[in-house]
Amino acid sequence: MAQPLLKFGSKPARVRMSDLPASLLIGGALVGFLACVALLSFVWTPYDPIEIDVRNRYLPIGSDAHVLGTDKFGRDVLTQIIMGARNSLFVSVVSTLISLVIGTLLGLYVAAAGPRLQNIVTRGVDVGVAIPGILVAMVLATAIGPGNAAAITAIIIWFIPVSARVVIGPAIQVLSQDYIEAAFGYGRTKLFVLFNHVLPNISSIIIVQASVMFAAAILIEASLSFLGVGAQPPIASWGRTLKEAQPLMEIAPSLMVVPGLAIVIAVLGFNLLGDGLRALYDPQQTRKR
Amino acid sequence: MLTIRDLKITIAGHAVAEIETLDLVAGQRLGLVGESGSGKSMIVMSTLGLQPKSASITGSINFNGQELVGLSDKKMADIRGRLIGLVPQDPTKSLNPTMKVGKQISEAIVLHSNAGKKWVDQRVRELIANVRLPDPDRILRSYPHQLSGGQQQRVLIAIAIASNPALLIADEPTTALDVTVQGEILELILTLSRELDMGLIFVSHELGVVRFVCDEIAVIYGGHVFEVGPAQAVVNTPLHRYTEALISSNIAMPKTSADIGRDTGALQSIDGSVPALGAFPDGCRYRNRCEHEIAECAAPVPMQTVEGNRRHRCRNPISGQG
Repeated sequence: MAQPLLKFGSKPARVRMSDLPASLLIGGALVGFLACVALLSFVWTPYDPIEIDVRNRYLPIGSDAHVLGTDKFGRDVLTQIIMGARNSLFVSVVSTLISLVIGTLLGLYVAAAGPRLQNIVTRGVDVGVAIPGILVAMVLATAIGPGNAAAITAIIIWFIPVSARVVIGPAIQVLSQDYIEAAFGYGRTKLFVLFNHVLPNISSIIIVQASVMFAAAILIEASLSFLGVGAQPPIASWGRTLKEAQPLMEIAPSLMVVPGLAIVIAVLGFNLLGDGLRALYDPQQTRKR
Repeated sequence: MLTIRDLKITIAGHAVAEIETLDLVAGQRLGLVGESGSGKSMIVMSTLGLQPKSASITGSINFNGQELVGLSDKKMADIRGRLIGLVPQDPTKSLNPTMKVGKQISEAIVLHSNAGKKWVDQRVRELIANVRLPDPDRILRSYPHQLSGGQQQRVLIAIAIASNPALLIADEPTTALDVTVQGEILELILTLSRELDMGLIFVSHELGVVRFVCDEIAVIYGGHVFEVGPAQAVVNTPLHRYTEALISSNIAMPKTSADIGRDTGALQSIDGSVPALGAFPDGCRYRNRCEHEIAECAAPVPMQTVEGNRRHRCRNPISGQG
C-alpha cells in the first residue's frame, strides 16, 4: 500500500528538506515573506502611507528615495504595497479561519446526522456554491456599508458551504470505519467520536483546503476593493491601489503593474503551498524523488 | 456460558438467521463455519448487540445468566470489551490511523476500569507481552501504519483481551492477513484462550482452520445451523450433505514440492452461490444447490439429534442415519 510521505500526527523528524515537494518550499517561502512584510508594517514602513507629497508625483520605479516610485498624490508605492499586504492577509486569514471553523463543524454534524439531512444540506450547499460571491458582497456592501467588514462577511458566507462540502465526504468515509463503530460500541458519545477520531483523520484535507481558500480570499478581497465595496480610504488595499492606477495606465503603467504583481505573488504562494501540502499528505500523488 | 435459544434475526421481513439452540460450554471453543452470506457474522454481531439498525431480534441469547437480547445500549456498551472481547476481521480498518498504538490499547483498559495511570501503563506492557509483540517501547509509540498487518492484528487482540473477558469472539480474524501470518495469529488466539481460560467463538469459512482451533463446530447456511458436533467428528464423518460439499471443496494441499503446479486432482466446488436474502427455497435452505435432494426436503427440516451433542438437519444424511 502506498504510504503518504507524512501522515498526520507522525513525527516529521525523519523527513529531510530535500524530500519535501518543491512547490511546498517555494509556496512556503512566498507566504512566509508576505507574512513578514505584513507584520513589519506594524512597526515600520518606508513612509507615512497617507502622507501626500505633491512635488514628487509619478516618480518612476527605481527613484532614489522611492524604490517603487510614487503615485498621483506623491505617496510612496512600496509603502502602499506593504500596508496592502497587511490588509489583504488580515481579511483573508480572518474570513478563511471563521468560515473553515463553521464549515467544518457543519460538515461534521451533517456527516454524522444520517442520509436524510445529508441530502438536504448537500443540495443546499450546492445552491450556496452556485450563487456568485461577488454579487453577495455587493448586496452586503449596500446593506452594511462598504469596508473590510462587508468583504469579510461576504467571503465567510461564500466559503462556509465550500468548506462544509469538502468535509462531509471524507467524514462520512471515516465514520464508516470499524474503529469508529468500536468507539460507539464502547459507549463513546457522538461528539467525542467526531472530535477525537474523525477530525484528526480529515485534518490533512482541511489543512490543504485552508491554503487554497487563503489564495481565493486574497483574490476576492482584491476584487471587492477594486470594485469599491472592500477596504475604504485611508486603509491601503491592493485592489484599491490597482483601481486608482487604472485611469493612469498610459501615464504611469508601473502603478498598475506593482499591485498586480503583489496579488499574483500572494495567490501563487498560497496555491503552491496548497499543492505542496497535498503532495505531502496524499499517498496517491506521485512524487519525484 | 453462552446459550442461544430460538434466536431469530429479521431484516425487512426476511429471516437472516434462525437458531433454535446453540451452546458454548465454559472454557470451550466453538467454531461457526459457513460461506459468505451464510449469516455467521450476523449471529456473533447480534451477540454483541452490533447488528445493523434495520435488524430486529427475538428469542434469547443468555451469557452467564445475563440476557443480552433487548439489553439497553448503555448496558451493552459495558459488556462489550469487559465481558466479551471482539477480534475484528480487518485490522487495517479497525485501528485509528491518527492515534498511537499505546493510546489505543490503554483506552480499552481505561474505559472499563478507573485504575491509575501507572497501573494502566503496566497493564499495556503486560498485554503487549501477552500477544507476543517484540520491542514494546517502539510498538507503543508507533502509529498503526508503521506496523505490519499481523502486528496490527496482535494489537487488536491485545485490545480485545484488555479487560480479561470471559468470552472472545474472533470474526474471521485472519481473512485480511497474509497467508504466512495467518498461522501465527491462529496459534496466538488458541494459546490465549487456553492461558486466560476464555471461551472462544471462532467464525471462519475455512473448515480446515476451524478444526484445529475449536472443540466444537457449527456449520451455518442461510442463517440455519445445519450441523453441530465435536470438531473432529464433523470434519471426519460429516452427516449433512452441505458439510460434505464444504469439505470436498477445500484445496488439496500439494504434498511434495514436485506437486506444486501439477494437477493433484480437480478442485470440487458447490454449484451456484448463496441466494439473496428472501430468495432461499422453502424447507431445507440448501435444497436448490444440493445434489442429493429428495422430495421430503421441501418440507421444513427439524433438527435431529444423533447422539449427545451431535445434531444435524438433513432429510437425506450421509450414511443414512437419522
